[in-house]
Amino acid sequence: MGFVTPDYGTIFWMLIIFGIVLIILKKFAWGPILKALKDREKSISDALGSAEKARKEVAGLKASNDQIIAEARKEKDIILKEARDIKDKIVAEAKIQANAEAQKSIEYAKQQIESEKAAAINDIKKQVAELSVMIAEKVIKKQLENPKDQEKLVQDLLTDLKLK
Amino acid sequence: MTQTIRYFLFILFAFFLNTGITVASEADSTSNESGHNTKFEAGKFVIEHVSDAYEWHIATFGETHISVPLPIILYSSNHGWNFFMSSRFHHGHEAYQNFRIQHDGEHEGKIVELDEKGEIIGLPIGLSITKTVAGIFVSVIVLLAIFLSIAKSAKQRANMAPKGLQNLFEPIILFIRDEVAKPAIGEKKFEKFMPFLLTAFFFILINNLLGLIPVFPFGSNVTGNIAVTLVLALFTFFITSINGNKHYWKEIYNPDVPWWLKFPIPLMPIVELSGVITKPFVLMVRLFANMLAGHMIVTVFVSLIFIFNSLMGAEAGLGVSVVSIAFSVFIVLLDVLVSFIQAYVFTLLSALYFGMATSEHH
Repeated sequence: MGFVTPDYGTIFWMLIIFGIVLIILKKFAWGPILKALKDREKSISDALGSAEKARKEVAGLKASNDQIIAEARKEKDIILKEARDIKDKIVAEAKIQANAEAQKSIEYAKQQIESEKAAAINDIKKQVAELSVMIAEKVIKKQLENPKDQEKLVQDLLTDLKLK
Repeated sequence: MTQTIRYFLFILFAFFLNTGITVASEADSTSNESGHNTKFEAGKFVIEHVSDAYEWHIATFGETHISVPLPIILYSSNHGWNFFMSSRFHHGHEAYQNFRIQHDGEHEGKIVELDEKGEIIGLPIGLSITKTVAGIFVSVIVLLAIFLSIAKSAKQRANMAPKGLQNLFEPIILFIRDEVAKPAIGEKKFEKFMPFLLTAFFFILINNLLGLIPVFPFGSNVTGNIAVTLVLALFTFFITSINGNKHYWKEIYNPDVPWWLKFPIPLMPIVELSGVITKPFVLMVRLFANMLAGHMIVTVFVSLIFIFNSLMGAEAGLGVSVVSIAFSVFIVLLDVLVSFIQAYVFTLLSALYFGMATSEHH
């Protein structure tokens, strides 16, 4: 058998065998194998895609959580500030009111004191007047015990009257 | 999975053993036979090792040939259909039922038909299961066992990680799909051609590799037989032609060249048509020549031992055997590489031809 002259018997068998093998493998091997490969690739890429999606979702949730927390913090700050303002205001008002109240009571006390003082002074004045009258009466009584002195006084008084 | 294959191969082996390895003792060897023993003919040795045969020779001990007989199927107008085992020829030394293996002359190595006087009257139509055909059967059994089991596990383990044999072959299948078919044919059309490309690749690869195993039932020089590569190339040719689109045929019969290249002598169509034939022809010759050469070189290195043995005595033969074996091992390892490369090249070029036949534009 020459090398380069193909033997038709071998060609015949090879055609039949290779044809049958091609058909068998196409139907029972390559079909299922290629399908399995494709399915697996698809399932892997799907899984990767959904993992990516989940990751993004988680990241989104985290971002929104952060936002919510930040907002809550801001609100807290605002509330606290407001509360502080209100407190300051109340304290200030109370102070003013207390001051006014104190001022008022001081005024009143002063007035009271003034009037008490005036009354006391008047009283003192009255008593002093009464006392001085009494003293003067007693002094005069004593000085005018002798008629000479009485005369002299009248004389003095009369001279004073004249002068006026 | 591997156990199934081992079991398969064992059954195969046992089957061949049971059909009867003929051990023919030729004690009554004639004078020209005994002369054959002392003189070593390297050329004949090499040629016999790589060429097809009607029986599967395993070993020879002295004058005892051990070989597996193969079925002979012949048809001739004089004697009708004939089926018998090649052991009837007694290793080609005897005629059987008007048929004989011719050893010299015009029909060397072929079965010739004889008349009553022993004169050659012609060649019968031979559809015998030769060594090559038997080798094809063996490799096909291996091929089917591997890929049907992979298909089974692919079905069972859908959407799971591959395992075992599946794990070994899936990357190769993916390579053929993603690196050969997809770039060569295109994303849209490659799926149609995948079964042929995969079958061709693994058929060639497995035959190449089994051809390197020198133990029966392997070692048949299948891909180094031009008839086998011819059929493979024919498949590529017909698939290309059948799937060729309008654009493909227009480029062949009416290419975009100046009119005087097409009329009155259709120069370009002739060139293009010869290209259509040349492409599969090159596929055929490349695979055949590469595998044949690989087998031949190994045999030549081995036969060097015997040449030196007969020329300068046993010591020289022994000395050369060290170098020869080292070179043979190197060449066999190289052939393993070549096996993969040739299978890849055949598949890649087939895919490129399919791609050319189906492409829409330049």
